[in-house]
Amino acid sequence: MANYSTNEFRSGLKVIMDGDPCSILENEFVKPGKGQAFSRVRLRNLKTGRVWDKTFKSGESLEGADVTECDMQYLYNDGEYWHFMEPDTFNQHQADKKVIGDSGLWLSEQDIVMVTLHNGIPLLVTPANHVELEIIDTDPGLKGDTAQGGTKPATLSTGATIKVPLFLNIGEIVKVDTRTGEYISRA
Amino acid sequence: MSLWKPTATTKTLKSRANLFSGIRKFFQEREVLEVETPLLGKTGVTDAYIDCFEVDLAGETKYLQSSPEYFMKRLLASGSGSIYSLGKAFRAEEVGRYHQPEFTLLEWYRLDFNEHQLMKEVADLISSLGIDSGYQTIRYLDVFEKVTSLNPHKASLKDLQKLASIASNTDFVGEDRNNCLNLIFSIYIEPKLPKGLVFVYDYPECQSALAQLKKDSEGNRVARRFEGYLDQLELANGYVELNDPEEQMVRFSRDLIIREKLGKKIIPVDTDLLESMKFGLPVCAGVAIGVDRLLMKLLNLDQICEVIPFGSIGVNSTHE
Repeated sequence: MANYSTNEFRSGLKVIMDGDPCSILENEFVKPGKGQAFSRVRLRNLKTGRVWDKTFKSGESLEGADVTECDMQYLYNDGEYWHFMEPDTFNQHQADKKVIGDSGLWLSEQDIVMVTLHNGIPLLVTPANHVELEIIDTDPGLKGDTAQGGTKPATLSTGATIKVPLFLNIGEIVKVDTRTGEYISRA
Repeated sequence: MSLWKPTATTKTLKSRANLFSGIRKFFQEREVLEVETPLLGKTGVTDAYIDCFEVDLAGETKYLQSSPEYFMKRLLASGSGSIYSLGKAFRAEEVGRYHQPEFTLLEWYRLDFNEHQLMKEVADLISSLGIDSGYQTIRYLDVFEKVTSLNPHKASLKDLQKLASIASNTDFVGEDRNNCLNLIFSIYIEPKLPKGLVFVYDYPECQSALAQLKKDSEGNRVARRFEGYLDQLELANGYVELNDPEEQMVRFSRDLIIREKLGKKIIPVDTDLLESMKFGLPVCAGVAIGVDRLLMKLLNLDQICEVIPFGSIGVNSTHE
């Protein structure tokens, strides 16, 4: 991969930092009237998700990272690996628990998800922002109680537990925001 | 956006024109003479961290001036009295939110002023232009020590390198005192400066640039230099001007040694400036203000290219 100098750093650029692929979130060029110029950069480690700030001296460079994003279909979980397929080429990829992380809570078979690949290997799996899932367990619903703000825990078909309004019942389909894990509406 | 279009709106350009006439009115009332100086000079500044654009003029290298300072000092030495210049300056540097390679600089020199009188005049100017919130002055030592618990004049280079490395998340071991102080100041101190117009003065000796030196009340050797910040944005840089040609030559040489270490081009020392100083640069204080940044603050705009008719748009600019 090419090397990128501080003046090429821009938001979205993928680079290697301490061996890990990172995404540049922000880069601010700082130059005191008298003094050395530098770049204050905010990066996200794509492996760990950690966001941190680092200052580079102007002209320093980082190696680019071969990071691509690809929509894939989630196929199944064999107990150890989650399997995905590129819909155009039918190429299959597998990802372990470390890569899947909390995304596993929202994956239903056949879903289209975004898989981030580093050197062709899955690094991150990002489900759609909104998914529709079935409630498989919750306390019985309270009739007529549609306006009050009360909530109760409900277990969904993927195993995730979220808070839902009191009036919902087992078997109903709900729409969930996967970024916050919050109930949005009845589907 | 269409690339042929200006980066500033017509409304902003009207404010820009008003700002220029407000500046001229201010100095006319105070009987400070407007002067024009060449943009192309035989040489440029030796400062290790300011790079001039070089222009080939029929086989001879000329330098686009990074400030009118040297020419203005020659005018002062020739007996011009207090003068100001409002014009373009060039620096070969990256484009950023607050940076353009070509920008507008207001620079003025006042005979027999000290740094405190000049800070007050900067505040008077800014208030006459519509930002009137008073001003504060604070010594570099006091603000630095308050935030970092280190004395910037006395701390060991090792301690400064350590703190700069922590601040930047980068190895600053091997960097000199000036670079460490600059970095720590940018990352830790600037965001903690009070809002409004704030002057920081009595800079560490290693950041004296073209300012005279003195001893402060605690006996530290400090530079009679100040920086003006408006809402934490560096806006003005002023000095009680060094007028000793021998000391000036020493500083030029020091700059060139750093340039050489950094692998930068060595540029010829401005001997005309040195000659004029030998003839006699009167006791004076001078300051330069980034006019584009001032306009950003006046109009509450976020990107410098929004206040310039055809600003350069950098890769990190949000202007699209």
